[in-house]
Order: sequence, then C-alpha cells, then structure tokens
Amino acid sequence: MNIKILGPGCKNCQRLERETRRAVDELGLDATVDKVTDYAAIAGYGVMSTPGLVVDDQVVMSGRVPDADEIKVLLRR
Amino acid sequence: MNGSLRPTPPTIAGPGTHRLAVGLAGLALGWVALYALNERLWGPLLGDLLGVDPSTRAGDAVRFLLYDVSKIMLLLVGMIFAVGLVRTTLRPERVRDFLEGKPLYLALLLAAVVGSVTPFCSCSSIPLFIGFVAAGVPLSVTFAFLIASPLVNEVAVVMMADAFGWRITVGYVVAGLTIAVVAGWVFSRFPLRGQVEEFVWTAPIARLQRDGRRPTLEERVEAARDEVREIFGRVWKWVIIGVGIGALVHGWVPESSFERFAGADNPLAVLAAALVGVPLYSNAAGVVPIGEALYGKGAALGTVMAFMMATVALSLPEAVLLRRVLKPRLLAAYFGAVAVGILIVGVLFNTVT
Repeated sequence: MNIKILGPGCKNCQRLERETRRAVDELGLDATVDKVTDYAAIAGYGVMSTPGLVVDDQVVMSGRVPDADEIKVLLRR
Repeated sequence: MNGSLRPTPPTIAGPGTHRLAVGLAGLALGWVALYALNERLWGPLLGDLLGVDPSTRAGDAVRFLLYDVSKIMLLLVGMIFAVGLVRTTLRPERVRDFLEGKPLYLALLLAAVVGSVTPFCSCSSIPLFIGFVAAGVPLSVTFAFLIASPLVNEVAVVMMADAFGWRITVGYVVAGLTIAVVAGWVFSRFPLRGQVEEFVWTAPIARLQRDGRRPTLEERVEAARDEVREIFGRVWKWVIIGVGIGALVHGWVPESSFERFAGADNPLAVLAAALVGVPLYSNAAGVVPIGEALYGKGAALGTVMAFMMATVALSLPEAVLLRRVLKPRLLAAYFGAVAVGILIVGVLFNTVT
C-alpha cells in the first residue's frame, strides 16, 4: 500500500503525517508513507485545500486533519 | 466541545440524530448560561476573592481583560460552530465549479462573497490558486476570492461587532467585499497570462469525485466541531494578545492622544496607519481589539479601518507564498491594488464619519 500526504509542509500537514503513521502502525500495515510538497503535484491530485491524504493514488480525504482512528477506517476500505 | 458530541457511526436519521439534536440544544443553553455568567462573574470574583480593587487602573484593566477575552472566545466558538454547521458542503472544489462559466461581474461578486464564507487557511492559498486558475476560472475572479478571504470572515465579523457595533461592522464587510470586487475587476482589464508562473497553466488538474447527497446532522456537527478546533486553535492566542495590548492602550494612553495626528482631517495618517499594519502579521482576532483601543483614544474611524485591513490583508508571509505562482510585477500590482483599495476606504470612512 502506498500512502501520500499532500501539503506544502504547514502545521496541519505535519499533524496529518503523524496521525497517518500512527494509524499505519496500529493496523500493522505494510505501507509506505510519502510526502508530496510540490504545488503542481498537489494540484494534480485535484486537492485545493491542504492537507490531502492519498491511498494508492486515490484521494480519500482533503482539507482537514482526521485523527488516527478515522484514518484507520479510511485505510481499511 | 464535550465528549457527547462525538459523532456516532453513520446512521440514517434515528435515535442517534434525536440524541444529537438534544445534545446541541443543551450545548446552546450552556453557552447562553456561560455568556450570562461572564457578564457578572469577574467584578465580584476579583474583588472578593483576590482583593483586586476594580476602581484602580490596573484592577480595571485586569477585569476588562478577563471579561473581554472570555466574551470574545465564547462569541467565536459559538459563531464558528454555527457557521460550520451551515457551510459543511462549501469547499473550494465546489466553489470552483460554481464560479466557472459565470459572467464576469457576477463571478467577481460571487467570488468575493464566497471567499468570505469559505473556510480556508493561508497555507492552502497556492493549491487553491492553481486549482482555480488551471481549471479556467479567470485570474481576476481568483484574486477577488483571495482578497476577500482574510478580510471578511466570521472571525472578523465577531471581533468587529464586539468592538465597534453592528453598523460599523456592516460598513467594514461592505468595504472589504468592494475592495475585492473592484480590484478583481481592474485586473480583468489587463492581459496577465504572462505574469503568472508557467507551471500553473500546465499543471494537470484532476477533479475530485463528490457524491451529491446532503450531509447528515452527524456529519455537520462533526465538521463544525473540526472547524471550531481548527480556527479557534489558530486564533485564540491572537485574541489574548490583541485584547491585552488594547487594555494597555485603554488604561495607560491618555485620552485623545491620537486626535491630533490621526484625526479625520489627516489623509496622511491613513497612509501611515496602513504602512504600520503591513509588517504586523496578525489576523482579525488580534488586530481588531487594538484598533478599537486606538479608536477610543481619538484616532479617526477610517484611519483605524486602514490599519486593521492592512494588517489582515497585506502580509509578508502571504507575499512570499504568492511569489511561487505570480511573477514579481503581478505580485507587486496585486498588493498595490489591495493597498490602494484600503487607502480609499480609509479616506472615505474619514470623510463620511
């Protein structure tokens, strides 16, 4: 599984990364978590409000920071 | 927000929804009670328990600080939550779809209005800019959105209404929207394509799939709670700083200090006030209480308005961000246009009041 965090590096993006890594650890998933900070690339996903969460090239959430429990639900889908 | 607001797993309207509605009503009542309590709590509390004499200058400043900070925080939480419930579906992606293909005048007006009610943090301004422009929303309309967003929003409205009353607040909102629309219109008169960094035009854009169903009450409450957490988490310290500085000005700056050099008949004071506002990096939560204190000490309304607007709308971090997508000349023109708009508003308010 490949997970991407979309965001230029603001506080919310860092929080999302932290929560996502926690969710991955707690689920024991075999996943890579990458950061996408390039604005053009972020826009390429159609995300206009950062941060965004991309799982296997599908945008599953954008514009807010869900907690680890909610991310777990998104990852299990 | 208390624990009972945690959204239950999605159910179609059922007992969960009813419980939630009752919970919301309870919260509203609690809010009213706290608001009423705040009105009479601090004087007796400080006087009887801590022996602070509210008739001394320092005692009154402390009482005012505690009272005003609590009141503003209550108003902000209530307002952000209420607005959050209503605007759950208003996201930049939808706004874009909504603005595309509208005639210019209508699009400019809509962009300014929508910019003022769309939740949007400044670190999102670049993805938002690219998303709008690459999708074909005119640059002028995108600018109107970007100008209106920090100037006019629920935080600014709460702060203004608390400090200046409703009439001046309405004037502020109308002035802010007008600056956004007129500046956008001016930009629509010029060919600007070459002044935007090339990658913006070639950025591949995707559209997020959205389902058309209406959000449930649970989802609305959850979104509103998220927004309170996000926005309030961002502005609460500014409220304390702003009201604190305001209290110092209230208590220690002599009456009518500003009348001589920041009075209504001095247009240079408007310029100076705007220039002072630019390097101050704050939002409405921090700057409005300071503006109110200056106003109370004799500074003219338009001058104070220019100071507050320049602080929230013209900031250096924002310029650094926008430099990623705008070439220097357009960036300068963008800030220049907003600055001129603010000066005109300042002078106009000074003339009228």
